[in-house]
Amino acid sequence: MAARTLTINGTLISARSNETVLEAAREAGISIPTLCHLDGLSEVGACRLCLVEIAGSPKLQPACHTTVTEGMEVQTDTPRLKAHRRAIVELLFAERNHICAVCVASGHCELQQLAVEVGMSHVRYEYLSPDCSVDISHARFGIDHNRCVLCTRCVRACDEVEGVHTWDIAGRGTNARLITDLNVPWGEATSCTSCGKCLLACPTGAIFSRGSTVAELERDASRIATIVAARNERW
Amino acid sequence: MTQTIVIDPVTRIEGHAKISIYLDNDGSVRDAQFHVTEFRGFERFCIGRPFWEMPAITARICGICPISHILASAKAGDALLAVEIPPAADKLRRLMNLGQIIQSHALSFFHLSGPDLFLGYESDPAKRNIFGLIAAEPDFARGGIRLRQFGQEIIEALGGRKIHPAWAVPGGVRSGMSEEVRAAFRQRLPEAMEVTRKAMARFKTVLDTSDEEVASYGFFPSLFAGLVTPEGNWEHHGGKLRVRNAEGQILADQVKADDYQQLFGEASEAWSYLKFPYYQPLGYPDGIYRVGPLARLNVCDQVGTPLADAELTEMRQRAGHRMVTASFYYHYARLIEILGALELVTQLLDDADLSSSVLRADAGVNHLEAVGCSEAPRGSLFHHYQVDKNGLITYLNLIIATGQNNLAMNQTVAQIARRYLRGDRLEEGLLNRVEAGIRAYDPCLSCSTHAVGQAAFAISLIGPDGRVVDHAVR
Repeated sequence: MAARTLTINGTLISARSNETVLEAAREAGISIPTLCHLDGLSEVGACRLCLVEIAGSPKLQPACHTTVTEGMEVQTDTPRLKAHRRAIVELLFAERNHICAVCVASGHCELQQLAVEVGMSHVRYEYLSPDCSVDISHARFGIDHNRCVLCTRCVRACDEVEGVHTWDIAGRGTNARLITDLNVPWGEATSCTSCGKCLLACPTGAIFSRGSTVAELERDASRIATIVAARNERW
Repeated sequence: MTQTIVIDPVTRIEGHAKISIYLDNDGSVRDAQFHVTEFRGFERFCIGRPFWEMPAITARICGICPISHILASAKAGDALLAVEIPPAADKLRRLMNLGQIIQSHALSFFHLSGPDLFLGYESDPAKRNIFGLIAAEPDFARGGIRLRQFGQEIIEALGGRKIHPAWAVPGGVRSGMSEEVRAAFRQRLPEAMEVTRKAMARFKTVLDTSDEEVASYGFFPSLFAGLVTPEGNWEHHGGKLRVRNAEGQILADQVKADDYQQLFGEASEAWSYLKFPYYQPLGYPDGIYRVGPLARLNVCDQVGTPLADAELTEMRQRAGHRMVTASFYYHYARLIEILGALELVTQLLDDADLSSSVLRADAGVNHLEAVGCSEAPRGSLFHHYQVDKNGLITYLNLIIATGQNNLAMNQTVAQIARRYLRGDRLEEGLLNRVEAGIRAYDPCLSCSTHAVGQAAFAISLIGPDGRVVDHAVR
């Protein structure tokens, strides 16, 4: 496969021609924050946290969805990008009810970690404080819509890795909610195999093990990539 | 002309309150109200949460006694699961509660009430605080601070942090205590014991010259309530409820926490966010009862540990009655409880069960309603939950120790005002005496209203025409 040379933050790097800017940057040890991206799953480019500046383009581009080209000049950490990222994280916090102090995932949460990384000292937007439900009708797991950021990692893990597609999203805008099967309580979703991949994929405390107490939920999202890699090698 | 005195805010208590004293035409005190001016709403916003989260959420009610909420909540959770928790988990929970009682009582005695007791009620207000006490009696104050630290560090060693450890869970606890950690605490016990003994001796000398305070800081008959063991001894976690009247007669005994509503009702008044629990059979407000250290020592037959029992006997002798009805003795009772708690900690630290790895019972939702009760430093604490079949909270009622002392605190304020108020002006000494009378109960207002607020104190003097004649704010 042909190689491409490009610069990221002024550093010359080489990448395979089908790689995304995100992959190329991470291989070169340059970190770009992400939330909806998870190794092993397809890209949806939904969270916009990986936006980068590319010389010659007036628009910001999502690094996870932009293929490298020869001579590309990429900036990942400009003041403009930093401001956008902080605003995105603040909007995520403002949209639902993220109460870290009493969240099952506190200390093991990608959203919480992102807030620290982008320097979110407070939220400048008015909280929507929506009335969100908690569904613990499943024997092993629960979903707390208060903590969901609609990244769809669970939807993709369920569809692409487990091959079941129990999860999907219903509604639009701020009314969008994760649903199981045709919007039935999770415990009644007959397609669910109770495999727990959605739990592994979830970046926040939205999907949790039933019976979890505060700050008790530890998961390893990289296990999704491990499963995918193992399957590809074998088949 | 009738008048009202308002003290706003009340200082050196945990939370925000104000006091109104109502005067009659002849200038005498007609009534007094202790207003709690905070509101928080835990009983509403916990609805819809899984009950497994309740210990950690309700712990946030208070930074002084989060352990009390964690334990009462975990106990209610055990009952929803319908499990008997592993013996090691029960012992570990007890150890944490003892650490909590030690630290909270030390805070009340040394940091909050110490300045009144040892510097004087009418001493310079600028120095009448823990820093003034440190300056006047450095060794004594240091001992108190280290005693509190001892209790706090037991909590930290078990739960990973001093405040709000999400450690006790429905079904048990998350982690045990290794032999090395236990050995380290064993070494610190003699110092803690010594500090407590010295404080006890010092308090007795104060008590010898405090006849006036004993007679006016909440000296009246009332009922007393608290947990006791099956044998009728002092209890702080587990056990069942007992109620005695001021003559010592047992009105209710070995009542399960589940049946608390048979014993206690809750009234509310428009002028305070703090509810007014009362003993149901006697109605409101005749069913006035007190909880907390003095109540626990009044309801129990004995503590069950030798040093604390010797002190309990002496306290009853000094008070001249089996039932001690002067709230000034709450301070004494706190020290006796610290002593008893240290004796029990000594026993527990030698228990190899504490290092067990079997700490948590697992089960589904087997009961849809449960009550958890634990003795908080300030008195009996009830967490009452109802859940749906999946375990989401549908109803939550919390009855907090400070609330149960609400009627008694109001009577205490009126009694002190009657004794010390001169004319229609708020003298500094009177203000502090009213506050000191409240402090004897060590009220925790953040807890009792499950409410937001700053620690502060206000007092108003109000005439019969409703006009505020004098007002003071700290």
